This record gives sequence, structure tokens and C-alpha cells, in this order.
Amino acid sequence: MSDKQLKGQNFNTFMKGIWEENPVFFQLLGMCPVLAVSNSVMNALSMGMATTFVLVLSSTLVSLLRKLIPKQVRIATYILIIATFVTVAEYAIQAISLEVYKNLGAFISLIVVNCMILGRAEAFASKNKLGKSILDAFGVGIGFTFAIFCMGALREIIGNGTFAEIPVFGENYEPWVIMILPGGGFFALGVLLLFVNWYQQKTKKGATK
Amino acid sequence: MNTDSMGYIFISSLLVNNFVLSYFLGICPFLGVSNKLGTATRMGGAVMFVMLVASLSAYGVHSLLVKIDALFLQLISYIVIIASTVQLVEMFIKKMSPALFRALGIFLPLITTNCAILGVALFQTNREYSFLQSIVFSFGAGAGFTLALVIMAGIREELDLASVPNIIKGAALTLMIAGIMSITFMGFAGLGGS
Amino acid sequence: MSNPQQKSTSTISMLRTLAGVATLSGFLIVFVYEFTFPIIKKNRAEVLKKAIFQVMPAAKSYKKFAEKDGKLVEISEDQEIAEAYYGCYDDTNNLIGFALEASGMGFVDIIKVLYGYSTNKEAVIGNMVLETKETPGLGDKIEKDADFVRNFEELDVKLTEDGSKLQNPIEVVKKGKKTEKWQIDAITGATISSKAIGKILLESTQKRLPVIHKSLDVLGASK
Repeated sequence: MSDKQLKGQNFNTFMKGIWEENPVFFQLLGMCPVLAVSNSVMNALSMGMATTFVLVLSSTLVSLLRKLIPKQVRIATYILIIATFVTVAEYAIQAISLEVYKNLGAFISLIVVNCMILGRAEAFASKNKLGKSILDAFGVGIGFTFAIFCMGALREIIGNGTFAEIPVFGENYEPWVIMILPGGGFFALGVLLLFVNWYQQKTKKGATK
Repeated sequence: MNTDSMGYIFISSLLVNNFVLSYFLGICPFLGVSNKLGTATRMGGAVMFVMLVASLSAYGVHSLLVKIDALFLQLISYIVIIASTVQLVEMFIKKMSPALFRALGIFLPLITTNCAILGVALFQTNREYSFLQSIVFSFGAGAGFTLALVIMAGIREELDLASVPNIIKGAALTLMIAGIMSITFMGFAGLGGS
Repeated sequence: MSNPQQKSTSTISMLRTLAGVATLSGFLIVFVYEFTFPIIKKNRAEVLKKAIFQVMPAAKSYKKFAEKDGKLVEISEDQEIAEAYYGCYDDTNNLIGFALEASGMGFVDIIKVLYGYSTNKEAVIGNMVLETKETPGLGDKIEKDADFVRNFEELDVKLTEDGSKLQNPIEVVKKGKKTEKWQIDAITGATISSKAIGKILLESTQKRLPVIHKSLDVLGASK
């Protein structure tokens, strides 16, 4: 295999996570934080970054240790590794900004049970080389951040009339508070999935023509 | 009503602040296991049980960690407890009722990554609930989860008979329904009394 | 891994892996904790400082006090205690009041507030919500609703003659029904959150103002 081909393949691994195998839009993984902390752009972005951080580090470690971990205890080991990095992330966020920490609340700790991270550890990092695993984790992490950012933007713009706290509609806009409330979270994700479905069907039709 | 009273905690965790519909915890099983009424009920039962056990153990572990001043180990110990509880429950059910074990199948191990369970443990610690309050809280939360799951399964069973445009089939539709349910449940807010 | 050769060693290797990973994670967490703890502490102190000057606008400096045998004693700022009293001083170094933290269960989750108590007026003169997860658009008005915030410009919390309890316990009433200085006008549509604030303040003032009262002559407050 030539260098160029290899590079292409690596790039594919990376891009796959962002769109084709986007964890939220196509695999429906890690939905809890996507719904819960997407009521503003800032919250969404910080959550996305925290999750990516945990995902990349735990994938790295899992991939490094993949030959040493016996199959029987692999899940326990993965969970231990993930929980460690989540605790690390929790302290890091507190040190960087208390404001963000307060807004995200218990959902930082809940990154532990984000099935997406355990899923990547089990399905990819435990079977692939270090470099590839890191690329994959980055791809999936960015895909996740992208999804939660879309949600955050949609909900904040409609529900509060602002984007990252900058007003977009002017003063006469009466915000649809419902979009910030829990119900709006479900609606927003439903609409996004609808759009993704529509896009998929359209491209499929185009391909068969 | 007093916000510390048992009744309030129960109603609040069951209806007003329903774990699925207003805290978004346990969305994965909520979307994945809500297509058949039977499985939804069984799943709800299993989650309720694990939740109760996890809440009890979390209470114990938290007191211990406070005593030895090692709160930074909280998250790791909680997740280990939950994982082992699930494993124990799995072995127990396998032995006692193989039929139920087969019916629950893959759902049992999945409970480990159900954020609702870890959520109960974390919330009760944050709010400094007493032992009794923790039990009531976890019971209410489990019942609330089951309630949401069963209602959703009922709706989806009926929907199977309706003709739905292709484009909205699947998760998109389920999420929309969940949105409407969530708004409906907001109506329970008045139950707090004023 | 079902082949028998590996099975004989697997117990040891399983234990070894788990113990190894657990040790590694333990080291990592302790390291990060040690590294971030001072930063977190500094951040917390800064947020608190800002809040104190907001609820006690006249204050120029503050000292931290703790309760000991029913009296207030000054402690160093680094000392962590559950219920600290922040004594506030004006530019001529007179004690003008206290900033006190209080918390309680709101509608959704715990609400934490910081309120300013003026020893001169014997009233709550400022209230700031430090932490809340109340429903956006409804319960979170306890922070934003101007009418509600105005309740705390001068909320009467006079003590009885012997200084053991409030003369008139703080009450939460329906919006527009406020007639007395110790009443709080609730927010329409956010009654539970409003009541929670009232209850948090009542419990905290009942417990902590008598302590302040007993120590006032020692601390030399301006009367």
C-alpha cells in the first residue's frame, strides 16, 4: 500500500465519524447529553469538547493496552478507564471555568455512561492500532460536537432569540420558551433527524438514477 | 408543599421532574426498548430494581467516602458499584427465572450504561438526601422511568398500524412523541400546590 | 478465548490487568486533583468575592468568621467551613453587615443563594442566586424578575428583644399582596420557586442572625 493510499484511508477513518457514521444522527448513541445540555450554544460546545476529550484519551489508552486486556474483564477495564478520564475532565473544567461547571452540572459525571464512548472503545480502539484509534476517536468526537452544536444553535436561536448570547432577531422577537424547555429538546432532535432522513433518501435516489 | 417531604420527593421524581422526559436520563433504552409493551414493562421492572439497589449502595459508599475524605473517588466507585450490581442481578435472575432472563436478554447488561441509574446516585448525593429520602427518590425515579417507557410503548404499538410517511419513520417520530409527552408532563407542575 | 491453554493463566492476568488499570487511574486522578485543586479554590474565592460585593454594595472589604460556642470568631480566608459569616466593612473600616450563604431545595434542584444582612437596618438588603437549575422561563425568574428582586432591597428581619428569633418571620405572599416589610411578593407562575427562596432565607436568618446579634458588641458594629 502506498503512502498516499494509507493517508486516504486514515482520512476516511476520520471523516466517517463526522458524517457517515455520526454517532448522534445515524447511530443514535449518546442521546442523553445531546438533549439535556443543548439549551444554549455555549453549553453545547463545552459538553461536546468535554466528551471529545474523554473519548480521545480513553480510546488512546484502550488502544495502547489492547493486547494486555483479557477478554473477560474488558468491559470493566474500559469503564474504569473512562471513569478516570471523566473525573479528570471534571476537575479540569472546574479549574477552567466555574460558570461552565455549574451549567453542565451532573452531566459532566454522566459522560461516563455515554454509550458512544464505551461503544468506540469496544468496537474500534480495542481492535486497531494507536494512530488509527486516535483518528477515529477525534472523528467521532467532532461528529458528536457538531450534532450537539446544531441542537444548541437551533434551540438557543428559536428559544431565546440569541446565538451564543448575541441577539439575532432584534428586540421585538418573542422567544419560544418551549424550545429551551425539555419538550423542545425532543422536538429539535426530532426535526434534525427528520432532515437527516430526508437528505439520506434524496442522495440515495440520486445515486440509483 | 414542603420540598423536603417524602410525598413531594416521590411526586417530583415520578411526574414533575420525570427522569426521561425532563432530565433526559435513560434516553437510549427509552428509544430502543419502547416498541413492544411487554418488553418495556419488564425492562422498567429491571431498571427499578437496579436503581433501588444502586441508590442504597451509593448512599453507603458516599458516607464512607466522606468519612475517609476521598470524594474524588466518588464517580469511579459509583460506576463500579452499578456495574457489579447489574452483574449480580443478572446472575440472580439467571438462576431464579431462566425464562425472565431470556426475555430480558441483552437489556440487562445495557442497564449499566443507563444514565438514569448513575443519575439517581449523583442527584441524591448532590441534594444531600437522607437515607429514607434516597429510597423514596430512587423508587419514584424508577417508577417514572417505567411509566414513560410503558406509555411510549403503548403509543408505538398503535402507531405500527397507522400509515406514516417514510421520511419520519423511526427515531424522528419517537422523539416528536416524546416531546409532546414531555410537554404534557409539564402540566403536572401544578401538583406541587401553591 | 476458549482455548484451554489460555484459561489457566487468565485468572492471574485478569486480576493483574484490573489492578494495574486501577492503580494507574488512581495515580492519574490524585495527580490531577492535586494540580487543579488550588486553581479551583482560587476561582471559587473570586466568584464569592464578586457576589459579596454585589449583595453588600457599600462594603469595601470583608473578613471571614466562623461560629464558635455561639459567638463569631475570625478565621483565615483559606479555612473551609460549612457555614461561614462574611463580615463586611465600609471604607472607614466599620462593620456594616454580613453576607451569608444559604441553600435549600427548589422546584427542580438545589438553589444556593448569598444574601446581605445590614446590621444597621436589621434587614436583608441584597439577594443573589448563586446556583439554580430552575425551569428556564418560569422558575429562573427568581434571578431575573425585577419585581421579585426588589423584594430584597429591604426585607425586614428584626430580631425580638432578647435576640433569639425573628420578630416577624419572612412570609411569601401572592404577587401584589405584599403589605408588610417582612413579606415577599411571589412570582406568578413560579410560586414554588419563590416559596423555596422564602424558606431558604427564613431558615437561614432564624438560625444565624441570633449568632450575629450576640457577637455585635464584641465586633464593634455601627449601630
